[in-house]
Amino acid sequence: MLAYLIRRLFAAAVMLVVIIMVVFGIFFLVPKWAGVDVALSFVGKQADPAAVAGVREKLGLGDPIYLQVWEFFKGIFAGRTYSAGGDVTHCAAPCFGYSFKSEQAVWPVLTDRFPVTLGLALGAAVLWLIFGVAAGVLSALKRGSLWDRSAMVVALAGVSLPIYFTGMLSLAIFAFGLKWLNAQYVPLDQSFTGWFGGMILPWITLAFLYAAMYARITRATMLEVLGEDYIRTARAKGLREQTVIGKHAMRSTMTPILTMLGMDLGALIGGAILTESTFNLPGLGRAVLDAIRNQDLPIILGVTLITSLAVLLANLVVDILYAVIDPRVRLA
Amino acid sequence: MTTQRTSGRRKQVLAAAAVVAGLLTTAACGGGNDSGGGSKNGAAGFDAANNKVAQASAVKKGGTLKFGGAQDADSWDTTRGYYGFMWNFARYYSRQLVTTKAEPGKAGAELTPDLASGLAKVSDGGKTYTYTLRDGITWEDGKPITSKDVKYGIERVWAQDVLSGGPTYLKDVLDPDGKYQGPYKDKAADHLGLKAIDTPDDKTIVFHLPKANSDFEEMLALVSASPVRQDKDTKSKYTLHPFSSGPYKFESYNPGKDLTLVRNTNWKQASDPIRKAYPDKITVKFFSNANDLDQRLINGDIDLDINQTGMSPQGRTEALKQHKANLDNPVSGYIRYAVFPQSVKPFDNEHCRKAVIYGADHVSLQTARGGPVAGGDIGTNMLPPSVPGAEGQKYDPYELAGANKNGNVAKAKEELKACGQPNGFSTTIAVRNNKPVEVATAQSLQASLKKIGINAQIDQYDGSQTTGIIGSPANVKKKGYGIIIMGWGPDFPTVQGFGLPLWDSKYILQSGNNNYALIKDKTIDGLFDDYVNATDASKKPGIATEINHKVMEGGYYLPFVFEKFINWRSSNLANVYTTDGYSGMYDFVNLGLKNSK
Repeated sequence: MLAYLIRRLFAAAVMLVVIIMVVFGIFFLVPKWAGVDVALSFVGKQADPAAVAGVREKLGLGDPIYLQVWEFFKGIFAGRTYSAGGDVTHCAAPCFGYSFKSEQAVWPVLTDRFPVTLGLALGAAVLWLIFGVAAGVLSALKRGSLWDRSAMVVALAGVSLPIYFTGMLSLAIFAFGLKWLNAQYVPLDQSFTGWFGGMILPWITLAFLYAAMYARITRATMLEVLGEDYIRTARAKGLREQTVIGKHAMRSTMTPILTMLGMDLGALIGGAILTESTFNLPGLGRAVLDAIRNQDLPIILGVTLITSLAVLLANLVVDILYAVIDPRVRLA
Repeated sequence: MTTQRTSGRRKQVLAAAAVVAGLLTTAACGGGNDSGGGSKNGAAGFDAANNKVAQASAVKKGGTLKFGGAQDADSWDTTRGYYGFMWNFARYYSRQLVTTKAEPGKAGAELTPDLASGLAKVSDGGKTYTYTLRDGITWEDGKPITSKDVKYGIERVWAQDVLSGGPTYLKDVLDPDGKYQGPYKDKAADHLGLKAIDTPDDKTIVFHLPKANSDFEEMLALVSASPVRQDKDTKSKYTLHPFSSGPYKFESYNPGKDLTLVRNTNWKQASDPIRKAYPDKITVKFFSNANDLDQRLINGDIDLDINQTGMSPQGRTEALKQHKANLDNPVSGYIRYAVFPQSVKPFDNEHCRKAVIYGADHVSLQTARGGPVAGGDIGTNMLPPSVPGAEGQKYDPYELAGANKNGNVAKAKEELKACGQPNGFSTTIAVRNNKPVEVATAQSLQASLKKIGINAQIDQYDGSQTTGIIGSPANVKKKGYGIIIMGWGPDFPTVQGFGLPLWDSKYILQSGNNNYALIKDKTIDGLFDDYVNATDASKKPGIATEINHKVMEGGYYLPFVFEKFINWRSSNLANVYTTDGYSGMYDFVNLGLKNSK
């Protein structure tokens, strides 16, 4: 198990380095190839030559790409100092870059935004797992029934309707119309009840989309599993239906669900852009959206790395859980 | 049994659908219809604050004034900010020697003394400006604001390598040869080495201009002329907490999230003839979703939009239907237009440019911009109505709002013949990809031009890279951008503040260029020189008119609209009015609340 874990960790680290290199290439080489001077987007309507030179110096745009990558890695472990025109800015380790648009180091922005996104992703995951898997199992067990058909129609709606539609609809009804729920985000450290109240609609909206997908995949997998020989054997042995479903069928059904969960959680932690912008949640998704709008490359770079890291870690956890659920994985 | 159950469920589904429909209607109505002439909820009426003061007598001291916005400022540093709303908002925490009057409409664009006890004493043929500071003016820590603080604040404009982004008019006028290197590289012990400004004592400041400029005092009214105290200057990080000279100071600021100002207890009302400082607290919350922002405005959670660029189409439609009494429809000061770079053939030929002007369907372009209410009146020339010397739609040399408003194919074809392209030609329209309304105007123009044989391809370029892409004449020529869709508003309401970078040949730059048409017209350059040197202020509007005429005669531009906005004011806002000083925005600095709890 330990060797398996080390192997996976090593692969994840290599992947992360490759991602950093690719992201750097995209952000710093593509504009050069396109003949666009990134510095000009920082200097406003009156592009003073000194201003353009100052931005180039601060962003290190004149340095070769390998030097920029090296400085970036060095900054993560040892911090970094930016200076131009007598203005010195120190970015303490772990320095994931510095945003000259908002005059903030990237790492504190990420750590400030991360809990919001994590809270959103985990809360929604709990909901979609409970309702999605339960609906899928029930549909499979009552195949062809009115329940099955209704649940799958709702699931189809959930998959088809985009978040900005369901989000705006839920806001219009429950927050602005009936005023049952608060649509304002309140940080957790200010008030637990305020935070919880403000997160209910985003959780439900996000979970609606994912629960629909999970219900459909659970139903399909469960139906497949229920047709397996070992289920028939278990029933033939006289096991209670609860035991057949709960112990034997569910275990196999959970494998693809776990894979999906890892991927989905990883991607969501990287920023649920649509949900966060619809509900105005100050998470990573909104940070990256604002950064794209403002061409704030260091923030985009930072969020991209966090997303990659989250997906890698989530996959790692899934791989480990796989090994726990299915011992054959370790042998492979 | 099964049938009965199914029937019951159907009823439930129908009932649920009816409930949802009912709730949606309730949500959409949001509290009933308000007529245009005032409303039950206390809104002042449609256009009640457009160029006039609404609810002035209802204002009460205290409370929290709540702004919302879809975009944070480019910078809150007085030297670096360039967004119009930032200049407007900055008056809460910064003062200048002179500023615009806190009055509605045209009067709001006139200058009045702020930190100074009077307007400038101008001498030496318009090359020397002397100001004396008022008594009782203080920083947020209670220390007096001195002439040296004003000089240092202005000197920061020279530190472009550190403090980029803001307007550089003062630098260009006071030090056209770029001799001064800015306070951070200044070897003088007090870092006040700029020769063009003298501070003989703490109360007096004297500006020496190498060449007279009749708009110099307008430049001193920009927030980039605000005082900054040296010991509080955190250089590039000043944006996070500018040190206040106004009635409010920064309490907290989280970029892109929120901003809170609280009263500056060391500010004295007696020292400030402009600011009334009604609310106790001012908050700004930033939203990434414009529809959410509009919904919160309509819901009353927020008093007004800090960006002041108009409501989104969805919010606007709902507000116009249900809450008209909360809306104003001012002219923004911006002109939206197409411009023809002369470096791209055949737009070096005046007749080819004019063929496009005549061939365009101006009503269709106006519709693409949002129609007469949300988009604006059809633009007939290139001088915004708020600029002295502007004639509005009265000057319409191509009859764009008259006989030719739907395009004049025959006249366009005549012009094509005169330019040697009787069968039309092919070209490219460059448009920012992050401005859906501009893309819509490009498509409208493309459709009109097809009728006269001009085959225009649309190139949607990265809008965030505007300066680098269309600001480079070489790149424009290389990409063959014969038509560029853009918009422009005045930095200060004069022909110099609007048109100098667009039309004067001295402003053709290799990067960061704004004279996209590459106009090199000695008459226009000469008129700008006349304007800048004018010692008689009464002659300035006439010169502005003449410049506008010359630009239009050259056919360099196809104006779309004199832009208008639909802006929201909450029913709780008092003493609210739009001002030409800030291009039709509400004048933030003296807004108050009717109910301060």
